[in-house]
Amino acid sequence: MDTASGSSSVLRQLGLYALLTIVGIALLMWAMSWIASVTGSAERTQTAIDPETRSASFLLGDEPPQLDSSKATDALSGMVLGHVMEGLLAYNENNQLTAGVAERWDIRERGATFWLRRDAKWSNGEPITAHDFVYSWRLAVDPANSSQYAFLLYAVKNGEAITQGKMPLESLGVTAIDDYTLEVEFENSTAYFGKLVAFSTYYPINEKFHKSVKDRFGADADTLLYSGPYMIENWVHGASLKMVRNPHYWNPGRGGLDIIDFPYITSDPNARLNLFKDGKIAIAGLSAENLGEAIDRRWQMNAFAEGVVFYIEFNHRPGRVTGNRHLRRAMQLVNDPAELVYKVTKLPGYLPGKSLFPVWVQGVNGFFRQEYPAPEAPVNIEQARWHLEQAKQELGLDEIPPLILLTGDNPLSTLQSEYYQDRFKRTLGLDVRIDKQIFKQRLEKMTAGEFDMVMAGWGPDFDDPLTFGDLFASWNEQNRGKYASSELDAQVRIAQRSVDTQERMDAFGEIQRILFEDAVILPGYERGIVYVVDERLEGVVRRAVGPDPDYTFARIREGS
Amino acid sequence: MAETKLTPQDFAPLHSEREVQSLSRPSLSYWQDAWIRLKANRRALISLYIVIFLLAFTVVGPWFWTIDPSTIDPDQISQPPGANREVVVTAPYEPWSIDSIVVPASGMALVGEPTTQSIRMAWAPMPGAFGYRVYRNHFPVEPGKALGLPLVNILNPDETWFEDRLNLKAQDYYYAVVATDATGNRISDPVSVDVLPERVITAEEAIRRGIASAEEPPAIGTPLKMKLHPLGTDYLGRDMLSRLMHGARVSLFIGIFAPFAYVILGIAYGAIAGFLGGIIDQFMMRFADFVVALPFLLFMIVFKLAFSVGAGESGIFAMLIAMIVLLWPGTARLVRGQILQIREEGYVSAAKLMGANTNYLVLRHMIPNTMGVILVTLTFAVPSAIFTEAFLSFIGMGVAPPTPSWGSMCNEGIKTMLTTPHELLFPAALISITVLVFNLLGDGLRDALDARMRSRE
Amino acid sequence: MWRYAFKRLIQGIITVWFIATATFVAMQMAPGDPLSGEKALSEEIRANLEAKYGLDKHPVQQYFIYMGNLLKGDLGISYTQQNRQVNDIIAEHFPVSAILGVLAIVFAALGGILLGALTALFRNKAPDVIIMFLVILGISVPSFVVAAIAQLSLVNINDLLGFSLLPVAGWGTVQHMLIPALVLGLSTMAFLTRLMRSSMLEIINADYVRTARSKGLPESRIFSRHMLRNAILPVVTVLGPAIAGITTGGFVVELVFAIPGLGRYFVQAVQQLDYTVIMGTTVFYGAFLVLMVIIVDLLYGWVDPRVRLD
Repeated sequence: MDTASGSSSVLRQLGLYALLTIVGIALLMWAMSWIASVTGSAERTQTAIDPETRSASFLLGDEPPQLDSSKATDALSGMVLGHVMEGLLAYNENNQLTAGVAERWDIRERGATFWLRRDAKWSNGEPITAHDFVYSWRLAVDPANSSQYAFLLYAVKNGEAITQGKMPLESLGVTAIDDYTLEVEFENSTAYFGKLVAFSTYYPINEKFHKSVKDRFGADADTLLYSGPYMIENWVHGASLKMVRNPHYWNPGRGGLDIIDFPYITSDPNARLNLFKDGKIAIAGLSAENLGEAIDRRWQMNAFAEGVVFYIEFNHRPGRVTGNRHLRRAMQLVNDPAELVYKVTKLPGYLPGKSLFPVWVQGVNGFFRQEYPAPEAPVNIEQARWHLEQAKQELGLDEIPPLILLTGDNPLSTLQSEYYQDRFKRTLGLDVRIDKQIFKQRLEKMTAGEFDMVMAGWGPDFDDPLTFGDLFASWNEQNRGKYASSELDAQVRIAQRSVDTQERMDAFGEIQRILFEDAVILPGYERGIVYVVDERLEGVVRRAVGPDPDYTFARIREGS
Repeated sequence: MAETKLTPQDFAPLHSEREVQSLSRPSLSYWQDAWIRLKANRRALISLYIVIFLLAFTVVGPWFWTIDPSTIDPDQISQPPGANREVVVTAPYEPWSIDSIVVPASGMALVGEPTTQSIRMAWAPMPGAFGYRVYRNHFPVEPGKALGLPLVNILNPDETWFEDRLNLKAQDYYYAVVATDATGNRISDPVSVDVLPERVITAEEAIRRGIASAEEPPAIGTPLKMKLHPLGTDYLGRDMLSRLMHGARVSLFIGIFAPFAYVILGIAYGAIAGFLGGIIDQFMMRFADFVVALPFLLFMIVFKLAFSVGAGESGIFAMLIAMIVLLWPGTARLVRGQILQIREEGYVSAAKLMGANTNYLVLRHMIPNTMGVILVTLTFAVPSAIFTEAFLSFIGMGVAPPTPSWGSMCNEGIKTMLTTPHELLFPAALISITVLVFNLLGDGLRDALDARMRSRE
Repeated sequence: MWRYAFKRLIQGIITVWFIATATFVAMQMAPGDPLSGEKALSEEIRANLEAKYGLDKHPVQQYFIYMGNLLKGDLGISYTQQNRQVNDIIAEHFPVSAILGVLAIVFAALGGILLGALTALFRNKAPDVIIMFLVILGISVPSFVVAAIAQLSLVNINDLLGFSLLPVAGWGTVQHMLIPALVLGLSTMAFLTRLMRSSMLEIINADYVRTARSKGLPESRIFSRHMLRNAILPVVTVLGPAIAGITTGGFVVELVFAIPGLGRYFVQAVQQLDYTVIMGTTVFYGAFLVLMVIIVDLLYGWVDPRVRLD
């Protein structure tokens, strides 16, 4: 049967086919390459930093889902918008609120006035006027536009009523006195309004342009009009995004980069690191797994606290065992955020969680957490067991039934839920079942209350403790565990209504105390980011609130 | 002519003459014959033993190696096999009280004994500082070189101390501190200190880990040995050997049951379609096309719901059903193609002429002749089923944690491929071995079942 | 032949309709709400969004509306990117997946056929053993591991050479395609090699091969005319579904190599329960797959004249 194998003529035949195959494939690839050149954009020669064209390349973790500033809700879209848009006020390189399109402003108890600079222009050269703000703010609360972030404009008079369709759009408390003066009326006094107008929902939108592109506003590079220091020159969905300087921006001296290029879009952490190693991108976030390599390669690393707090939220609905305060106290007393951060997540920049309010939140004169230290419950297993016994008695149970810990599908939250499962088993003998769900299914279960505990996190929308403080108000839709306490509600109302900073901060202090004493949540950690930066690049700004990272102040070092 | 008189005796059957007529060699059925040939194939036989061993590893293994695969050991995270296990008992951790801090007059100094529990340091205040940043490195500080891991940004010029507890190992560390300005820019040269911390464990932890007895708690300073993990530990300090054993349950279950079920379904479906031909074949094949095009992920979610996979249950059964229901058409198409081809062969026509019925034709001629292709499909279906499970874990839809599976272990291991390769290597090697033995076994079976080989021995 | 093709096309359309219906039903059954997000929605906004996407109507009504739009070729607007048409998403990202998939399948098919033939000819000799070992290695390592290792090796090679031999990730030129297509096609190539080897081995002993040889035909002619052509049949059979599998299964490769293909969109759509994108991509891929199967079947009749097409 092996008669054929010996024959060299057969092998020659096979060799010929192989040759034909290779030629065929080469031809095919050549043909494919021009098709691909239409669908992609990465050039082979592209490098992380190019001093000649003053360009720098970075990686986008995902495609920005929404560049219509009236609708954008996510951090990634916020980052991109922060580069190409500017609102009335903006954050500078020291993370201070400074003049943006408005050169002067006056925030009073019942309203505010903004005086716009005359040289602020759209990327098509037309001036940015007060009418553009009136138009965009109305758009944000327009029920027909159905923006998920309409609630940010509830601070403006009639904002909420308009969203509910009870009042006409024109009744929104914002008027353009003239082209360069914007007058705002508040619904209630809003001490932090200046911080609000720096947020993307408050960015201006040019009415004429918006109407000319209709539904496609923000879908592509040419269906946006830019007010910020950069503009999107080219956006290939899922592949790349390239920003160049906006020639009409009022402050042409800002930042040192002419081109901010995002030639890659992927969320794969290994790919990110490999691209950095290959000199294709100038910044790469690190995960705990590749810290060792980064140290050995002697990369310049930076860490910063990102501003997002993570915690376990209990289900307080009646009928759930987690509605029992003793049980929650027991779990609070064995919760060891230090172990979680130092042994499990293992990343510098992470801080063991102590409170719902992160460390960077501003208080009366300094940091809130320094003025109102978070109450602490050191690990005490003895006492925890006592609380557990109390809980069993109150609930009339011999054994606490298995608790369901709802968690997301990302690797980090899986890691933590596995840690918590072991932790509660080890210390209290509690059985915890991990219910790992993909995004929408998890939200569904959270909303329906099908959990005992859920791994939750909260990132700030604006730079005021209230962005965290009202989370557990009984009326807040975000309060998925349905915690209800009149004491806490009263404090939230004070924090919302008062204009006296001291009074407001005292209220937040009370909220922090109630959350602790009632063991409403188990703080986990405040997330940090460790990243490597190309040595030739400086001035990249990282911040907890506002566009992050911000490359608009970045420069290429001299001599590189 | 003599008259023949027939009696009933004449019609009685002859007594059996089996002994006289018996062959020198026992007649063997097709399957017996195949078994003999399989036994003669050494590679196939060894593979068979390995399959048995793997099953034993899964089923019996956990009785001998009783460590719980979900027990986390925060003191032994990502330990390779054969790592140093020596450890010294220490006092429980006490938060650092500010009063006890002695700030050195110049430079940076350690405070207290450096251990893997915590390393405390303090430094002399620096002029003009708005705050400080502390780094930790694996290399001594050199001018112009990176300082290593940034541990903390201190935003208070008077706070000149720091306690490091981040994932400390018993290895050399070089700490450095620099002064920073209001915007966090570095404004001074680094001041450094180096340290080799001692690996410690608290008595309480030691008892909980079972390396010291609760009756006589070990005194501080007692040397102990950490719990043995022959194949090392994973990223949460869980025992690799035990996880591999338990992971095999998921992976082998999915990897063996699902392919067998859907390949058999596919063979039956393809054989019927191919044999019957005509309009029924057309209809059946269009249905197969329809099933192939259904989105697996979406149906996976629906099956999970349909089988009411509760919270914390592994959902492995739903996964199995989803695979069987959705993955058979590939085999069906392949078998049908072969049957169509064989149907036209001479021996089939011959058998038909001799009056063979359908069952006989399909079971005796067609299926055995497609065996080669079927076995290839089957042997490939094993890894692809294992990886389907792994892929589902990759996108967060796999078995519920902490249930391990080889696929998800690979998935976790790939992240630390360079620093702790054992986390990837062991599960990947087991998958490879499984695939290899199924391939060799498949090869052996193919040869053994090949009717033509029969005549040649 | 043409009548057959036409008939198959009509059947194909019916199959696609079934696919669309089954997917629609499955989607309605899947738990979760496509409109929900990290931030809770107020009731008024939810109502508006439901009206925008027609979710306020009865599912049966939604089904007929969807089918009507489908006939018009309108796949609707994405839920996650609310200013993008599903038609645009497919038009932009399918070509990428298709290029990658076609290359991968070509690598896999040609490589598999050639290697399979080679191993069969050298059965149990060194080339066979070596290639079979590599094949088993190729199928026993998951694609995410292969992709990660391939990328890491590229980085190290570029580092060693001091210049960029091949890009590590991205999309746009031939250089970008080579490695991802190889990684994507690897397991299929291994599968086809095995399949080809197995079917070659059966043919080597076939009567017609013996007859051809006894007639005194040259070995090379027997090989290419009788053996190769017959052995290819099973390979052709699995090619159809394999093409679809590869073009849809590119998720991991697309993610690791930062390629803007449709695979990433589809997986994200399922996770986000983006109804219109799920429906659009499934229907589109269903149609694509059905078309591929028809082409393969036609090809089959051509490769093997014994199989009657009717």
